[in-house]
Amino acid sequence: MSYVFDEYDVVVIGAGHAGCEAALACARLSLSTIVFTVSIDSIALMPCNPNIGGTSKGHLVREIDALGGEMGKNIDKTYIQSRMLNLSKGPAVHSLRAQADKQEYSTAMRKVMENTPNLIIKQGEITEILTKDNKVIGVKSFSGAIYHCRAVIICSGTYLNARCIYGDTVHMTGPNGLQAALKLTDSLKSLGVEMFRFKTGTPARIDKRSIDFAKMEEQKGDEKITPFSFTNKPEDIKRDQVSCWLTYTTPRTHEIIRANIDRSPLFSGDIKGTGARYCPSIEDKVVRFADKDRHQVFIEPEGEYTNEMYISGMSSSLPEDVQIQMYRSVPGLENANIVRNAYAIEYDCINPAQLKPTLEFKNIEGLFSAGQFNGSSGYEEAAAQGLIAGINAAMKLLNREPVIIDRSQAYIGVLIDDLITKETKEPYRMMTSRAEYRLLLRQDNADLRLTKIGYKIGLIDEERYNSILKKELDIINEKKRLENVTVGASKEVQELLKSYNSAPLATATTLADLIKRPELNYEMLKSIDPDRKHLPDDVIEQVNINIKYEGYILRQLRQVEQHKKMENKKLPEDLDYNKISGLRIEARQKLEAFRPVSIGQASRISGVSPADISVLMVYLMQYNSKEDNKSRDNNKNG
Amino acid sequence: MNTDTIAAIATGLSTGGISIIRISGDKAFSVIDRIYRSRDGKKLLSKQKSHTIHYGHIVDDETIIDEVMVTVMRAPSTYTREDVIEINCHGGIVVTRKVLEAVLKQDIRLAEPGEFTKRAFLNGRIDLSQAEAVCDIINAKNDIALKNSLNQLKGRELEIIEEIRDNILRDIAFIEAALDDPEHISIDGFSGELLLKVNNYCQSINRLIDSSRKGRLLKEGIKTVILGKPNAGKSSLLNILVREDRAIVTDIAGTTRDTLEETICLNDITLNIIDTAGIRSTEDIVEKIGVDKAMRVAREAVLIIYVIDASTPLDENDEIIFSLTSDKKAILLLNKSDLPPRITVEDIKDKSGHPIVSTSFVEHKGIDELEQLIKEMFFKGDLTFNEDIYITNERHLEAFRNALKALNLVKESIENNMPEDFYSIDLMSAYEELGKILGKNVDEDLINMIFSEFCMGK
Repeated sequence: MSYVFDEYDVVVIGAGHAGCEAALACARLSLSTIVFTVSIDSIALMPCNPNIGGTSKGHLVREIDALGGEMGKNIDKTYIQSRMLNLSKGPAVHSLRAQADKQEYSTAMRKVMENTPNLIIKQGEITEILTKDNKVIGVKSFSGAIYHCRAVIICSGTYLNARCIYGDTVHMTGPNGLQAALKLTDSLKSLGVEMFRFKTGTPARIDKRSIDFAKMEEQKGDEKITPFSFTNKPEDIKRDQVSCWLTYTTPRTHEIIRANIDRSPLFSGDIKGTGARYCPSIEDKVVRFADKDRHQVFIEPEGEYTNEMYISGMSSSLPEDVQIQMYRSVPGLENANIVRNAYAIEYDCINPAQLKPTLEFKNIEGLFSAGQFNGSSGYEEAAAQGLIAGINAAMKLLNREPVIIDRSQAYIGVLIDDLITKETKEPYRMMTSRAEYRLLLRQDNADLRLTKIGYKIGLIDEERYNSILKKELDIINEKKRLENVTVGASKEVQELLKSYNSAPLATATTLADLIKRPELNYEMLKSIDPDRKHLPDDVIEQVNINIKYEGYILRQLRQVEQHKKMENKKLPEDLDYNKISGLRIEARQKLEAFRPVSIGQASRISGVSPADISVLMVYLMQYNSKEDNKSRDNNKNG
Repeated sequence: MNTDTIAAIATGLSTGGISIIRISGDKAFSVIDRIYRSRDGKKLLSKQKSHTIHYGHIVDDETIIDEVMVTVMRAPSTYTREDVIEINCHGGIVVTRKVLEAVLKQDIRLAEPGEFTKRAFLNGRIDLSQAEAVCDIINAKNDIALKNSLNQLKGRELEIIEEIRDNILRDIAFIEAALDDPEHISIDGFSGELLLKVNNYCQSINRLIDSSRKGRLLKEGIKTVILGKPNAGKSSLLNILVREDRAIVTDIAGTTRDTLEETICLNDITLNIIDTAGIRSTEDIVEKIGVDKAMRVAREAVLIIYVIDASTPLDENDEIIFSLTSDKKAILLLNKSDLPPRITVEDIKDKSGHPIVSTSFVEHKGIDELEQLIKEMFFKGDLTFNEDIYITNERHLEAFRNALKALNLVKESIENNMPEDFYSIDLMSAYEELGKILGKNVDEDLINMIFSEFCMGK
């Protein structure tokens, strides 16, 4: 029996990484929000790898933080090891990654959720989205309770019609044996939503006591750590760190896999979902890269107070009896005891081309979605979308302008634009190579890029806002100063240069020009720069980067200018592409299917050529002029 | 919309003696100031009133290229509603090209097909009701441009471009894979290797530029066929025309040489002259093949030079040749004027409307007259060469040059010890430039390459 239970502004379905950010954003923007989860104990669960961040994902987390999201703060509270990857490379690809204590991470997030005003957490499965005239009016739970609302954000992760598989063992559950959601897909289909089926997988967890670490290489955390959240200073969160361990597969491992490959559901055809090329199972790697005689295996702790260790690099869906042989063929794991088996998981998600850049469905007003449900992979990608979906649901209900982050502003912008523009055929993972303006989108300047936007939305407080304004000013002033202070070819200067193997000066030059030299930096010039004021480390970092890479940065800024011009040419929502005769047929079909918001977005759809874009611009011009005339006429008549 | 400055030859290249090069965009004036010199060397066109015309010279590195009239037009009363400069060149085609090259050196780009029209429309210069027509122009011009682009590249050139692109993509993929998965993939020491590779790419592209320049002369020349009965003097004519000083030696492989073909330059006019087998009805199979071929190339020719032996009477073979020239531009040479004539100008005058020149190859008579006649026909616009080939070629050269520029930036980054992630930015633009020649977009190429070549991920 169904009955009306209650009424909220926003219903969030799912309390994973996307759901938490979405619900927190809405509640913090003063909307009454209820979040449903199949298990209260699985809030912000990390069912796969025990870390947050990594290349390009670390960027996402810092961006989430700058916009006022929670993930960065939560990992800072619960990390057990922290590293900055790619430190020998350029600043654009420095990437922060932290090992999390999974249990703690989940508990800490739950605490934040439970103590946020306007936010109700409820255990239960949502089975139906209720709409009227293509507009969301509520949801219905498994028990028949109806919750009226004005917006719904679906963050169902990998739970829709989930199926966990290893060998011929199949569990009809979500990750970690949690209850799957078996009804919502049908409700969505009946609303006309196009569904995909994707798969992903996870490796086994092994008892620490059964591992021989002497046979492995130790990997320690960084001595000098960088917090994810811009609100934390390194000393605030300093702690003793735990180690990870590196070992390798052996020819014997590969033999075992090859001998049993026909028993893998990936190869037998039992798994129909599309997996990410980024996280292939070990059997995938052995088959596809047959010439490699070994693959790396990282042993990562799942937490500080557990003996479970995550075997990174060896996700699998081979049968249990093969798994144990396989893992035990790896040096250091000869006596391994498996605590949890590796498995593959298949689940329903949507074709994200159905979404607007606000993550609202194009055809169902008030229905938003985020995370793996949108065809992405990864905790960070999920959280980023959750935050944007939450913000935009709130903006809609508050009658405010939507928040659309551009590709030139943040990885978040690249992520969402790619999801809704590219034809996603596999779980989407963020990568630095996807960001064409990555020199500008660094993890070190996420605060400078986004804090002001977060403030305008209402998720960043006055204090943080003021401190970013001050930081901006400090950077500009110090850079200007360095560009104007000249040093001559004095003995002191020449000696300093010599000590860093830098060519001596022939004529006077500015400090900025010296900083540009690859072998020098801001810190090194301290002794010949007596007027230097004491500045915070993060200001110095920005000054140094901005001077050192100025040429490259300016070039990208010019490209961004061109890009923005195209993004600002908005395409009307009701455009009938089939009527634009100049477009090639393929372009017409693609444009009709994707319905891009701007000329810029249209240009990124595969199958739309530069000539099609020219035609579209010409057509748009004619269209806009007609609309202008129409509104002029209307005004006259009115 | 793009507000960068563009330039192109705005008139047909070969009609009349004058060609106009149009420059449109906000840099138009600064460009012309750098390459225009007035008689006294003091006049700056950027300081002149709109819609005025000025006499002067175009210089390239201070060398005078052409005497020109330059029209100065300021936005918005121009075709594109942007600042527009039009250079009226009258030194012929070769010079016009040199002027265009001098313009393009000033860091502006060649206009895309239909781009002046597109800008005129987008800036409100062309009536909105013409939108569809404008779309059609853009589309048609782009289609033709792409077709020409691919047609003009020889198979081997296409292969080389594909190969360089593929290698560049592989380099980027390697760098990017390592940046994305530093724990599995290391690029330590790659920069040295990459420097060598980039040098190789530059060499290959330079070779492509060379062959593209030479190939252009060969391809864009006016297709000219020498016809006549056996022993009329066809080969002698070719030998005379191909004097050392104007023969162009081409070393491009793959040129079909089963009929004898030479490229010559008469002043600025390039002719591709094909000597053919003498035409007569024959039972000899080998000879018949030659005759059929001669007739086939004659049908494709733009200009036919018909050599008639004046010392032997006309016969049915001549009738065949006359019919081949009937709907073509042709010049009749009444040769062997040194021998007692059996045919006079009057005899053949009524058979066709084509001009007739009396020649003696032995005494070297009438050759100057022939050359003069060809020049006149060309400047009157009776003879045209394939303009598309020139334009396409210029586009290829531009893409090659841009790719080189990007690769040089990669070298610079390597030499300055920049980190590896900086290399891939410029490598990518080289990849994109080469793709333009093939009409290819980049899309997911890189991501696909990364995943197919490198084993990454947890």
